[in-house]
Amino acid sequence: MSIFIDENTRLVVQGITGRDGSFHTSQMEQYGTRIVAGVTPGKGGGRFEDRIPIFNTVKEAVEKTGANTSVIYVRAPFAADAICEATDARIELVVCISEGIPVRDMSRVMPFLRSKNTRLIGPNCPGIIAPGKKTKVGILPGNIFKPGSVGVVSRSGTLTYEVVFQLTSNGFGQSTCVGIGGDPLIGTDFIDTLDAFQKDSETEAVVLIGEIGGTDEQEAAEFIKKNLDKPVVAFIAGQTAPEGKRMGHAGAIVSGASGTAKEKIEAFEKAGIPVARIPSEIAALVEKTAPGARK
Amino acid sequence: MKIHEYQAKELFRKGGIPVPRGEVVTTPEAAYDLAKEYGGTVAVKAQVLVGGRGKAGGVKLAKTPDEARQYAEAILGMDIKGLTVERVLVTEAVDIAKEIYVGVIMDRSAQKPVIMASAAGGVEIEEVARETPELIHRTHIDPRYGALAFQSRALAGALHEDFKVVRQIAAIIEKLYDVFETTDASLAEINPLVVTPSGEVVAIDAKVNVDDSALYRQADLEAMRDLSAEDSGEVEARKADLSFVRLQGNVGCVVNGAGLAMATMDLIKTYGGEPANFLDIGGSSSPEKVVTALNIILSDPNVKSIFINIFGGITRCDDVARGLVTAFKEMDLNLPIVIRLTGTNEKEAKEILSEMDLHTAPTMDDGVKKAIELAN
Repeated sequence: MSIFIDENTRLVVQGITGRDGSFHTSQMEQYGTRIVAGVTPGKGGGRFEDRIPIFNTVKEAVEKTGANTSVIYVRAPFAADAICEATDARIELVVCISEGIPVRDMSRVMPFLRSKNTRLIGPNCPGIIAPGKKTKVGILPGNIFKPGSVGVVSRSGTLTYEVVFQLTSNGFGQSTCVGIGGDPLIGTDFIDTLDAFQKDSETEAVVLIGEIGGTDEQEAAEFIKKNLDKPVVAFIAGQTAPEGKRMGHAGAIVSGASGTAKEKIEAFEKAGIPVARIPSEIAALVEKTAPGARK
Repeated sequence: MKIHEYQAKELFRKGGIPVPRGEVVTTPEAAYDLAKEYGGTVAVKAQVLVGGRGKAGGVKLAKTPDEARQYAEAILGMDIKGLTVERVLVTEAVDIAKEIYVGVIMDRSAQKPVIMASAAGGVEIEEVARETPELIHRTHIDPRYGALAFQSRALAGALHEDFKVVRQIAAIIEKLYDVFETTDASLAEINPLVVTPSGEVVAIDAKVNVDDSALYRQADLEAMRDLSAEDSGEVEARKADLSFVRLQGNVGCVVNGAGLAMATMDLIKTYGGEPANFLDIGGSSSPEKVVTALNIILSDPNVKSIFINIFGGITRCDDVARGLVTAFKEMDLNLPIVIRLTGTNEKEAKEILSEMDLHTAPTMDDGVKKAIELAN
């Protein structure tokens, strides 16, 4: 098994004709993802590289191709609308890569999502990959992943690749890797993902990569203590970040004394979850807590 | 993005929130003239984008125009937490019977705005939250409907007993929410909101922070940006679409991706060094960006070595390496540079970089250690 995506994923790419959309459509296809449709308003009736049909609306794409998952590469000012469109078309999983969506727009998307039973991953995220299912939805570099039983969940992009690269080099493959995004308002949080990993028979251990800002990590620590019987290893980025400065990600900001790396690390330690001091310790901690996860 | 009190008050005025008469001035003479025009006591307030102005001596009450001039003279040019005061707000003083706090912020956990109100105004709300949390009342707002009249009324009712005053506070709460909403604010705050002895309600301070991601559609607010209050490197980085934050150390960092950039800074600290900056060059490998990034870092005289940490995912390492070679040829670099490139097309990248005078490191840990050694 894997979480959120698998061999039944039928993907529609919103913004398929754009620079990022077209590049990553090819990348995802090469990795093995089944891409059934693309959407670019005004370009309906055409085909992407003479193969993938393009539609004007997501609804049409769903009706004609049975798409059940969408990935969004449209520019930030239009991305909130793209999420709502996919949601309204009854897409089950929407993965939004776009960075820089105004928070006000996202605050309106959230109740819309909840009313329709659609799961959103992101925005401002690298996406999700299930190496054993040869399926990826997003921009993660497929070549560094390998099938296995470690679940990875992270607020970051390249830091995740760094950690995955080390896991892979040390013989730990991954069941699913989920980039939940670096924005203040996101569709799927640590708890949703941890819950799915707990229920996933293929996942034997979890690596959680958090960062400064908000309280998601603290809530995740509580949740793990109560609900997970699988070993978890955590890492938190931003111990040296100054107060009040946005560190690249819109959500990575320490406000006053709240959202610091220190309080997050303490929350994990208090819950009995090992925290890697530096990224290169993560693989060793997985080895220590879940030696059987190497496959 | 932060804006000044006088700018936030302008937004309040447009939104129908009562604020005392006032104007921003840059000379003691202009402060004198305004105080004379207003008559009576005026407040002279430093306009800087940090908290704690009062404690630093940046806010004074002047009973006469001469006093207004003296205070303006003392405050203008004053250094408050590293920022120089270039403007003062001269505003009519208001008699205070009671000080209230009202603020709107985005609650990340609840994923919707929350209005906070407290009868303990005039002190920092973080302090109230720590010492007497029961004095803070909160109401979450559904962003689709905005602040409903009954919600504002209920909050206002918890702050004052006189219903004539309650009605005014409720109206102000609704209007403050509208300001929050229409300006794409991440914070809109009145502290204190003052009830005068005669029962009028007036906002004597104003704070509005704007969501950076929404500035593309808030041209009027973008125009309020005070570049003089920002680090010159941070201003230049923003123009080039780079994320940069200056720190105090001597090891400069160039990294792709925000999470990896933070982890790199942390690692420098862990190994006994001090990072000079946060810098995310994004997924791009364009030589122009690398040149801009290096120039910003080199403009800091504290920097003694530079660590370039790139994880090539979709961004291919050989592309990044070509960008670096182009960048280095254009620049006159006299600092030691340590580079670590891992990921897609790593081998090709190493060949491209082999002609350059660089220290290469196989891992992030090795690179950081080397950069610290070279900085010291």
